Amino acid sequence: MIPSRETQEKIDAAVREYPHARSALLAVLHLIQSERGYIAPEDQAWAATRMGLPPAEVAGVVSFYTLFRTKPPGRHHLQVCRTLSCQIRGCRELLSYLEEKLGIKQGQVTTDGRFSLVTVECLGSCGTAPMMQVNDDYHENLTRERLDVLLDSMK
Amino acid sequence: MSANGYQPLLLKNAHRPDSATLAAYRESGGYRALERALKEMTPEQVVEEVKASGLRGRGGAGFPTGMKWSFMPKGSGEKYLVLNADESEPGTFKDRLLMEEDPHLVLEGFLIGCYAVGCRHGFIYMRGEFVRPTRILLKAVEEARAAGMVGKNILGTGFDCEITLYRGAGAYICGEETALLESLEGKRGMPRLKPPFPAQVGLYGKPTSVNNVETIANIPLIVEMGPSWYANLGRPKNTGPKLYCVSGHVRRPGVYEFPLGIPLKELLFEHAGGMLREDRPLKAVIPGGSSVPILPAAQCDVLMDFDSLAAAGTMLGSAGVIVMDDSVCIVEALLNLARFYAHESCGQCTPCREGTGWYVQILERLERGEGNSSDLDLLLDLSDRIQGNTICPLGDAVAMPVRSYVTAFRDEFQHHVTHKKCLAKPAPVPV
Ligand SMILES: Cc1cc2nc3c(=O)[nH]c(=O)nc-3n(C[C@H](O)[C@H](O)[C@H](O)COP(=O)(O)O)c2cc1C
Ligand code: SF4
Ligand code: FES
Repeated sequence: MIPSRETQEKIDAAVREYPHARSALLAVLHLIQSERGYIAPEDQAWAATRMGLPPAEVAGVVSFYTLFRTKPPGRHHLQVCRTLSCQIRGCRELLSYLEEKLGIKQGQVTTDGRFSLVTVECLGSCGTAPMMQVNDDYHENLTRERLDVLLDSMK
Repeated sequence: MSANGYQPLLLKNAHRPDSATLAAYRESGGYRALERALKEMTPEQVVEEVKASGLRGRGGAGFPTGMKWSFMPKGSGEKYLVLNADESEPGTFKDRLLMEEDPHLVLEGFLIGCYAVGCRHGFIYMRGEFVRPTRILLKAVEEARAAGMVGKNILGTGFDCEITLYRGAGAYICGEETALLESLEGKRGMPRLKPPFPAQVGLYGKPTSVNNVETIANIPLIVEMGPSWYANLGRPKNTGPKLYCVSGHVRRPGVYEFPLGIPLKELLFEHAGGMLREDRPLKAVIPGGSSVPILPAAQCDVLMDFDSLAAAGTMLGSAGVIVMDDSVCIVEALLNLARFYAHESCGQCTPCREGTGWYVQILERLERGEGNSSDLDLLLDLSDRIQGNTICPLGDAVAMPVRSYVTAFRDEFQHHVTHKKCLAKPAPVPV
């Protein structure tokens, strides 16, 4: 998919910000992903051409960083922290609760495309464990009740 | 020393609802230090004051900041200051707080730092997940620009400094300074061999200094109050205020600011409210983020500073204090962290790439009750093989904790082998 004109303008601006254009590669990939929700092989090819890089370089970067997705996520991408502080404050119980409630396992998307569920490593919010990130936002001090309210509000 | 009555310096604005605005920051005396540095001091004088303050880096290693800056070549050549806002060490959540609650403090420190090392284009490397802090910091940069403090001819002094926020994309290793520089160049975050050090060959091959967010937030204080005032806070060679991140089984987890050297027990039992549950006593504390050796409860009478914790066989690290009560199984806790390191190893060095995978396999086996006695020595042996044999410190950052958990809680590991089950009495915190 060729990025929209708006996204392409943002990409041009990002490239101009750096003394060396290559530095803008992550920004370019973030912009593509924020428009499309993920980065497909043809998007990688487009980015490679735009940046004047071999496609394998771009593929290497996409696969190195966990935030870049190569498959479409749900509209609400639930990223539950699994690391130690969250584990000892109950993230496994919450993860099972979510799996049961949504009828999916981690790594899957609900059939209606509403939710996807993954586990992630420490999000720097351990003082408010257990927690998760949904799309860009942090949700902290989670309980089953708070998850119920939260999921209901996400259409 | 007791820290009761201490007035926060780094978090002094954090309680204000408008703390992120330029107006609030100015009201509390903000940007006076930048003005003083640019108008009354040479860059060398700033570096000298930071040296004299005794400030040691808050990113993990505790290296003296003034000294780091003095390694940067003099002269007007292309040089960079990079702010490490990648905060991903498990147990650590202080830099995020600073950026969200007082972005101008971070920015003022960064501008003074750029002036001190002669950098005219500073980069802030933001952890990719930190969307909200990035938005807040970006807004602060634009406010400061409109007020003549970012861009050309700052405060009319002829000092030019552009600032760019760079968004990472999820990789713990990019917090390591040379991996961070690779990432900033648009590449995979693979750590570089040192030497050469970044002060010689850094970003785009130019001299570069990488500093942590909290470190930089101390700079305005040093410039404004003077290095001797600053050096009086804390303990000898461990000076200044410090943010401690307390998580796990305490009543009031959160970020606490006290001088370096507060007793760990005071931090936990007076300030963080003590143990979460009356009937669940303290079992162990990780005092400095997941990469440091563990302290069993009996060894928790320590002061929270670089040298005291080193003397106790562990490290202050990022001051991520993870508190565990006796419901925690140490084998399971270590497995959780081993999986983290196995996931985050960049894979360049065989000992780190393979070793972290082995740790996971062995610990999983012990967890399932299928381990045998030689597994404990195998874990220790792996640590010996990894430590000191890798390109970057991530190898040590997993090898040292593994060794300390197995050594300090050998009985518990042995119990998993002999009885095929756990010694700890599990009692999940209700959620
Ligand atoms: C695996 C690894 C991860 C690191 N992560 C961070 C981090 O998230 N933030 C940080 O400031 N320093 C981190 N560091 C330390 C940096 O390499 C560097 O020492 C630090 O940013 C220097 O800043 P300071 O001198 O102000 O402490 C990490 C180091 C290693 C080995
Ligand atoms: S120690 Fe691990 S993370 Fe560091 S460079 Fe080697 S393989 Fe990569
Ligand atoms: S361990 Fe979950 S946010 Fe840090």
